[in-house]
Amino acid sequence: MNLTTTYLGLTLHSPLVPSASPLTGDLDNIKRLEDGGAAAIILPSLFEEQLTQESQALHFHLTQGTYSFAEALTYFPVPADEFTFGPESYLEHIRQAKEAVDIPIIASLNGSSPGGWTGYARQMAQAGADALELNIYYIPTELTLTGTQVEQTYFDILHAVKAAVRIPVAVKLSPFFSNLAYMAGRLDEAGADALVLFNRFYQPDVDLDALEIRPRVLLSTPQALRLPLTWIGILYGRVQADLAATSGIHTAEDVVKMLMVGARVTLLCSALLKRGIGHLRVVEHDLRHWLEEHEYDSLAQLQGSMSQLHCPDPTAFERVQYIRALQTFQPQVAR
Amino acid sequence: MGRTVTTIDGNEAVAHVVYRLNEVIAIYPITPSSPMAEWADAWATEERPNLWRTIPAVVEMQSEAGVAGAIHGALQTGALATTFTASQGLLLMLPNMYKIAGELTPAVFHIAARTVAAHALSIFGDHSDVMAARATGWAMLCANSPQEAHDCAAIAHAASLASRIPFMHFFDGFRTSHEIAKIELLDDSDLRVLVPEAAVLAHRARALSPDHPVLRGSAQNPDVFFQAREASNGCYTACPAVVQATMDRFAALTGRRYRLFDYHGAPDAERVIVLMGSGAETAEETVDYLTARDAKVGVLKVRLYRPFDAQRFVAALPPSTRALAVLDRTKEPGSVGEPLYLDVVTAIQEGLSNGWGPLTAQPRIVGGRYGLSSKEFTPAMVKAVFDNLAAAQPQNHFTIGIDDDVTHTSLAFDPAFATEPDNVVRALFYGLGADGTVGANKNAIKIIGEETDNYAQGYFVYDSKKSGAVTVSHLRFGPAPIRSTYLIDQANFVACHQPIFLDRYDMLAHILPGGTFLLNSHHPADQVWDHLPRRMQEQIIAKQVQFYVIDAAAVAREAGMARQINTVMQTCFFAISGVLPRDVAIAQIKQAVKKTYGKKGEAVVAMNLRAIDQTLDHLYAVPVPGVATSTRVLPPPVAGAAPPFVCDVIAAMIAGRGDALPVSALPIDGTFPTGTAQYEKRNLAETIPVWDPDICIQCGKCALVCPHGVIRIKAYAPAALAGAPPTFKATGARDREYQGLQYTIQVAPEDCTGCGICVDVCPVKNKAMPRLKAINMAPQPPLREPERANWDFFRTLPELDRRNIKVGNIRQQQIQQPLFEFSGACSGCGETPYLKLLSQLFGDRLVIANATGCSSIYGGNLPTTPWTTNAAGRGPAWANSLFEDNAEFGLGFRVSLDQQRTFATELLARLGAEVGADLVAALLTAEQQDEADIEAQRERVATLKERLAGLETPAAQQLQAVADLLVRKSVWIVGGDGWAYDIGYGGLDHVLASGANVKVLVLDTEVYSNTGGQRSKATPRGAVAKFAAGGKTAAKKDLGLIAMTYGNIYVASVALGARDEQTLKAFLEAEAYDGPALIIAYSHCIAHGIEMGEGMQHQKAAVDAGQWLLYRYNPDRAQRGENPLILDSRPPQVPVEQYLYSENRFRMLTKTRPAAAHALLAAAQHDVQTRWSLYEYLAARKFAAPAAAPAQKGS
Repeated sequence: MNLTTTYLGLTLHSPLVPSASPLTGDLDNIKRLEDGGAAAIILPSLFEEQLTQESQALHFHLTQGTYSFAEALTYFPVPADEFTFGPESYLEHIRQAKEAVDIPIIASLNGSSPGGWTGYARQMAQAGADALELNIYYIPTELTLTGTQVEQTYFDILHAVKAAVRIPVAVKLSPFFSNLAYMAGRLDEAGADALVLFNRFYQPDVDLDALEIRPRVLLSTPQALRLPLTWIGILYGRVQADLAATSGIHTAEDVVKMLMVGARVTLLCSALLKRGIGHLRVVEHDLRHWLEEHEYDSLAQLQGSMSQLHCPDPTAFERVQYIRALQTFQPQVAR
Repeated sequence: MGRTVTTIDGNEAVAHVVYRLNEVIAIYPITPSSPMAEWADAWATEERPNLWRTIPAVVEMQSEAGVAGAIHGALQTGALATTFTASQGLLLMLPNMYKIAGELTPAVFHIAARTVAAHALSIFGDHSDVMAARATGWAMLCANSPQEAHDCAAIAHAASLASRIPFMHFFDGFRTSHEIAKIELLDDSDLRVLVPEAAVLAHRARALSPDHPVLRGSAQNPDVFFQAREASNGCYTACPAVVQATMDRFAALTGRRYRLFDYHGAPDAERVIVLMGSGAETAEETVDYLTARDAKVGVLKVRLYRPFDAQRFVAALPPSTRALAVLDRTKEPGSVGEPLYLDVVTAIQEGLSNGWGPLTAQPRIVGGRYGLSSKEFTPAMVKAVFDNLAAAQPQNHFTIGIDDDVTHTSLAFDPAFATEPDNVVRALFYGLGADGTVGANKNAIKIIGEETDNYAQGYFVYDSKKSGAVTVSHLRFGPAPIRSTYLIDQANFVACHQPIFLDRYDMLAHILPGGTFLLNSHHPADQVWDHLPRRMQEQIIAKQVQFYVIDAAAVAREAGMARQINTVMQTCFFAISGVLPRDVAIAQIKQAVKKTYGKKGEAVVAMNLRAIDQTLDHLYAVPVPGVATSTRVLPPPVAGAAPPFVCDVIAAMIAGRGDALPVSALPIDGTFPTGTAQYEKRNLAETIPVWDPDICIQCGKCALVCPHGVIRIKAYAPAALAGAPPTFKATGARDREYQGLQYTIQVAPEDCTGCGICVDVCPVKNKAMPRLKAINMAPQPPLREPERANWDFFRTLPELDRRNIKVGNIRQQQIQQPLFEFSGACSGCGETPYLKLLSQLFGDRLVIANATGCSSIYGGNLPTTPWTTNAAGRGPAWANSLFEDNAEFGLGFRVSLDQQRTFATELLARLGAEVGADLVAALLTAEQQDEADIEAQRERVATLKERLAGLETPAAQQLQAVADLLVRKSVWIVGGDGWAYDIGYGGLDHVLASGANVKVLVLDTEVYSNTGGQRSKATPRGAVAKFAAGGKTAAKKDLGLIAMTYGNIYVASVALGARDEQTLKAFLEAEAYDGPALIIAYSHCIAHGIEMGEGMQHQKAAVDAGQWLLYRYNPDRAQRGENPLILDSRPPQVPVEQYLYSENRFRMLTKTRPAAAHALLAAAQHDVQTRWSLYEYLAARKFAAPAAAPAQKGS
């Protein structure tokens, strides 16, 4: 069974790609993922803001209390070496990953300044990344910031990065736009080589014992796939950019559904964190089995087949479907 | 290519030479020499080679005595070896120094000369240390400035190798070691020319080796020792010529000419001052000034003090010399005169007798003391010394710089006399340690020194407090070399970096007419005038001062720099001082920022650059009105009604007027009253805690952890509330045993440092608004007045009877009055809560032996002390002996107290008939186990004293003197890990093993905190510290485990932030144990690179990770057949990484040497597991009661 697909101009031997997560931050894991059938690797995001904060915090802590008291003018040695908050270790990780495996390595970047986006993107490309995923993880909370301004930020970032690097660039989006289709269209025009749907923001939780807000990470459930499934289905064939599905992909059936609505690749994270790297091989096996059982010849045959463009009832993707769903919903009443 | 010109301090200047000329460098931290060792360690860590292209081995020892031994060994086996030290450190090296000299071994010790502790410790500079070493047989070469220290370091090494005589190369601590100056560095080729390679090889050839064995260190008998001691005379006789020859070669190389005795002044001078050290520079400046006005004066600088070449000395004097004043920067009580004076008198006498030199008649010679402990030595004082020499009967054995109104030794001087030329720009900056003022000024000096033709000098004066300390930067720039080795008294530019200083210091007393005053204030330019004190307004008007203001805090905040206003203020200085063209200056500041902060990442550089760009838009010239309108006056330095000594003496020190105190004001024996910190209201905190009685559960934790003793709890009868101020808070006591009492938690608003650690540990959250707790930080200024009134009222509330407090639970125990309050420790200090707890539990019967270190500084550095007394006048009696001997010092207390108690019991027995048999029996059999017992015994002693008062027999009078010893006295030996693990370990081990009833509290910060964060044996593996710049590779020494092996020592390991009840239990058990006890207390520290307000969280994290174990080893349990070891902490709950990397002392290594950090982390995790397994095994062992006699506590 031919599982080959293309994504970001890269030919991948399957649509199964581990997405950015702590798993891919470890070189041994990357090797195991390749052995387990991963078609490419997306490295964890480099967060520029974190680097900045870390640098400032270290500066603060290494200088607090200094030059106050004659006996202890400082409390730490002057390091001979420079502190490396910058992307050096990340870039080294790209280099090592490239050396360690044969599959494509996709770097992921979350910048916080215009210079950070372009500078780090360029360095990642130079370090050997085959492609770049822009993880525009940004939660606007200002009451005066308009949607247009927010959207413009995305376009500006993409423009700047595309001008800075030659490798393909994917944009990872959140679903929270007034008109996601417009966003997708504009990003497509601006040269995005792929759109990754969707980013999952950490949603904080209330700790009832400590009365604190805790940034608990919730791993995705299979139900989470409906949102990207919907939008990939809608966008397929309407944008040039490749579409990548992420969120809620746990089984081969999930993969099939995503491919059918138009995804080039399916990005796995929670499933691997929960079930281990070995699960990748299970999904691949099940995928082959499903395709064979349902007598598909290749992935290409089913990719996009259930998109809004090609499915039996295109209106099923739109709002009316929601009303129908409600109308046909039969509550279970206790008897 | 020319040599590098740089602006560095004396210590770094010396280190640059020493590092290149040696291959074994043994080190131990001691102020003010530590930075030399730190540089050497840092350079070795970065694998910088020496002159012979090998990387020197830098080894930290456990003490200076250890250093001397290691150096002796290294020298004996042929290495080029050196060290750096000062003061007591040098004294610890003396025995080895005799040996090294006796064996004619070339070596140089570099000494930042510092006061030797006598009536008090002092970290500052004078020559008492080197003078104490002058009999060792070492040559002594003195340098007077950073450039000279750099040069003389090289000359000393070269001359030592050539002469075989070991050298002390010394320069004034702080004044030279810490003065930043523009100097020219010797390059490698200079050193190669200077240092005789043949002498190096000869030194190697003399090395001990089994390949050509010899014996050294023999024991000799009366038959030959004397002759052998004289056998080396030739080397000493030759040495001065060797040094001069080296100086001559040096001059040929560099153009800088030195002589053994350098005369400067009128060729026909009649009056000459002889001295050595930095004061000679001021003397030269003054001589230049006076000779330009036709005075016939001169100064003779002594460079080679030992061997003292009398012939060359007299030859250096002008033939016209009629009177000599010899100035010694040391005091030798009881001597005929101080050492240099005696040498000069002898030399002149011998010169005249032998016909050496140009003098034909006996000049008048007087000696005087100056500059002890960095006391200022100014041109005015130099002039006074010359004036004295002009008198018909010059005063001999005088002092200069003080007012000796007791023995009248002091010479009067005119403080207005000044010699500084107008072309020297003088700038004074008043800053807080926390605001980065000093760092910025160092950059300013570098910019001016290295980017212009100007000479530059920077000297910094620090507070003796570790929190909220004021720093005064003294900067000079000018076209000629600057020899003014004294503080700036009249400045062209004065900057006040913190508005709080307006009420504290008379800053404009030091501004020249027409000078510039820059103020950081949040008041806008059109309003700031009205917020100045009246005196300042008057000074600005009278002196026609140009006044500028900037809201630096706002600019810094906007740029993301929090409280660091340094870059902003530095930019202002350059913008308005005119030292450099504004554009050039801004460009240079930016360059300096990149250089200074480049290593710390782009973000730090970026925020500084932002601040620079935003500064000039916020800098305003303030129009000065014609009249002063303010009614604001400087508040008195001491608050409230204070005892006369505090008002007259302590207050002057607090106000910065201590220099003006006469001799009669000071105690003759170093004895000071306690309880003085309460009078020094520092008002440091921007925010202070505010108690919410409605939700407080009265657990007492806030008071327990408060490092400064500013959170107090009282439970009292409701009637006591009569007359309470309107905002005073009280609520019903929740403790069932205090039913009916009122309960108050009160904050001392002017003593709080605002660390917030109380809020961090408060376990209660406000249900309606969980961001609030039962205690919350709020801005201090609006609270100051009402809370001051509340605090004053609170102090009048009665203390709860100690007999009604159950000390075993914190909620009640914290009602005990602390007898340790308002220390000058770092804000959020991790040590002080333990001391406060100690003072609460046993303070009224406590004698403390305190090792030198942080706790001796915040405990005993004048002007005030946090140790205080209760209403009965009882409280901890505190003393510091030395760093290395503290356990022995405490043992001395114990033996002495026990001996006197025994004597008292013997006298009681003898006087039974007179004082009453019943009373005697009761006194002798009192249990004294708890507060009630002790109180009862005190009452008995009071009765005894009353009865004795009527008796006039010698025995009765003796018993009267020792009767208080019949009440149990608790001896606690307190110190840090540097003392307990390293320098004092031998003594500690001995004292613990003695079985004596002493309690040892080790405040373990895992680093030498007081001297600036050097590694100790308590430093954990993987931590970055000075002397372990690449991360400590060895595991932490397990002091507790070692102590447990004795079997008869109570040992506890505690961490207040992890389990406070366990800490309390350990203190109580240790005190109750009838034998030696050791408590090792985890103390978070500013040297850990943590948020100090969250220090207790770090303590807990250390325990959760298994990095710090909680346990108690109680030998009494063994007596009962139980395992003496109780593990109070759970098995490691989280990976050690989680704890380690929450602290920058560990984390920083991941940013510089990730591979090393990774390996050390793995080793640290392994340490945790193995240690836990061992302790778990030890705690689980079955234990049988001793079969026969109980274990002996003493031996």
